[in-house]
Amino acid sequence: METSAYAKTPVDRLTYSWRVRLRLMRRNFTYFLTKLRRRPLALMGGIVVLAYLLAAIFAPYLTAHDPTAGNLRQRLLPPAWEEGGEAAYPLGTDDQGRDILTRIIFGARISLAVGLLSVGISVAAGTALGALAGYWRGLLDDVLSRFADLLLAFPFLIFAIGVMAFLGPGFLNLIAALTFKGWVEFFRLVRGEMMAEKTKEYVDAAKVVGQSHPSIIVAEILPNIIQSVFVLGTLRMGYMIIMEASLSFLGLGIQPPTPVWGSMVAAGRDYLLTAWWASTLPGIAILILVLSINVFGEGLRDILDPRLRIE
Amino acid sequence: MNISSQYEGKRSGALPLLDVEDLVTTFPTRRGLVRAVDGMSFALREGEKLGIVGESGSGKTVTLLSILRLVPHPGRIAGGDVLFRGQDLVHKPRGEMRKIRGKEIAMIFQDPLTTLNPVFTVGEQIRESMRIHNIVPSPDGWLSRLWRRGKRSAEHERVMRVMRDVGIPSPVTRARNYPHQFSGGMQQRAITAIALSCEPRLLLADEPTTALDVTIQAQIMDLLNKINREHGTSIILVTHNLGLVAEFCDTIIVMYAGWMMEKGSVDEVIEAPKHPYTQGLLRCLPRISEKQEKIYPISGLVPDLAQLPRGCPFSPRCDQARPACREDRGIPLTELDGGRLVRCHLYGR
Repeated sequence: METSAYAKTPVDRLTYSWRVRLRLMRRNFTYFLTKLRRRPLALMGGIVVLAYLLAAIFAPYLTAHDPTAGNLRQRLLPPAWEEGGEAAYPLGTDDQGRDILTRIIFGARISLAVGLLSVGISVAAGTALGALAGYWRGLLDDVLSRFADLLLAFPFLIFAIGVMAFLGPGFLNLIAALTFKGWVEFFRLVRGEMMAEKTKEYVDAAKVVGQSHPSIIVAEILPNIIQSVFVLGTLRMGYMIIMEASLSFLGLGIQPPTPVWGSMVAAGRDYLLTAWWASTLPGIAILILVLSINVFGEGLRDILDPRLRIE
Repeated sequence: MNISSQYEGKRSGALPLLDVEDLVTTFPTRRGLVRAVDGMSFALREGEKLGIVGESGSGKTVTLLSILRLVPHPGRIAGGDVLFRGQDLVHKPRGEMRKIRGKEIAMIFQDPLTTLNPVFTVGEQIRESMRIHNIVPSPDGWLSRLWRRGKRSAEHERVMRVMRDVGIPSPVTRARNYPHQFSGGMQQRAITAIALSCEPRLLLADEPTTALDVTIQAQIMDLLNKINREHGTSIILVTHNLGLVAEFCDTIIVMYAGWMMEKGSVDEVIEAPKHPYTQGLLRCLPRISEKQEKIYPISGLVPDLAQLPRGCPFSPRCDQARPACREDRGIPLTELDGGRLVRCHLYGR
């Protein structure tokens, strides 16, 4: 029997065992990190996003305050470094005496959940439809593409406002409104890539060995384009979070007293001159998260898929 | 009606492996219907090596794709029959046709790197066609089927055997490599391994060596020869390299603008070409054996398939063309001695 380069791998596998694959993945990941290290901005973005994620997951353990129950005697306290601030409320309190830091941390949960869910559903729907349309063309493609063009003709925010006004506020309705238009971008990306990949010779080769069309789409072509979908998904995350904040700011998104950044900015707006922190600090939280996601996503794009750089 | 198949039938006394009769494949274009293959007829015995030669656009590849019924849209087979072991491939249901592709008739392509899927290991890709045709049956019992332990090692053994057959050294490690980690010659061997994984009866080779350098070319041709010898696989080799066909094949078909111009055994055609086009092709080849001062190219260009000349498509470039050649399209395939076929007015009555 021939000896394998990796002695521990059982010889009857055409791919390496999970143990070796894990090692290879680690090596790939290390390689990825080295490349990321050459892009300090993207690395920083990644770290910040990771910090937000951890904060969202462990929110209850990070703060001593309740995000919804306020203390009216402590209302509109300035941040701790300002005159009159208290150390117990590091970023001050809002108009109902709730700790702003606590609400920002809990708000990250909603923002990230909305971002991940809406992008996730958009990716799934857009990829499936785009793959079908790009592979089969014909009537299906015509109908879906025209529908996609129609949706693209609306500005996202106005469209989302319309849908939210129709559906009414709420977490699930928000996700529905965002995905209803969000899938289009993934549809167009996957459709285009599909049309390009379809003409490649490995697809002909798959047909020649008798592979069926569904199997060709899922098992041969999709693995080749899933990387660009992943990159676009990361880049769209930030946009979805902004949309959620905008809708909540307008009162159409998630309703108080749930801590959401958008409605925090809206509530603090009335006190902008006397208590700038109440709306500025949640705004900065949005800014930092979205900026980090975008910077990280762009770094990811440069590393994984340089083709997408031309926009 | 079909001279060649009758002739082959007489000689071998049995049904030919593949019998193509009067095949016509058309492509509708903006400037009219293009007949990419026009009246192709040949029969292939078990273990025979057939070479199809012609310039680019003469319909060689389309002939192969028509046999597999994979003519790219919007082209279609407009007429004729393709009989493979007595089964009519032109009218076979799609599902049945898929069972023949890869399992009974396999094909290898020109550019090995683009033919391999970049995201899977070579071993997985060789195994894939075996999986499609369920060459290694699943074990009994739902639990062992789920785990596929016995199946996996049986498949693995077979992949290793095929890779060794095509001459890929240390297959155990190489099977886990990705296509880009292979050299050009090894990639072509991998492609051949995929084609051979189900032990097909017929191998269609579409310019398998064009993308390779000459030494690797010779290795691949040796490999195809070995497959033909050891497994009795019939091979149709499509190429524009007349020298390659002369060395490799038993029978040769010369195509021009979708027409089958000449067919015969390689020795006869190379030694005494009958059709002016074949004669022209051979005059273009430099020969070491004879002292030749000049290479004579065929003047003119390949005609536009949408605007063929009225008569014989080769007539504008033919140095022996007569007035009838330029006017009359109805040139029959004429049988000469020894079963050779020529489609030319010079040999008609």
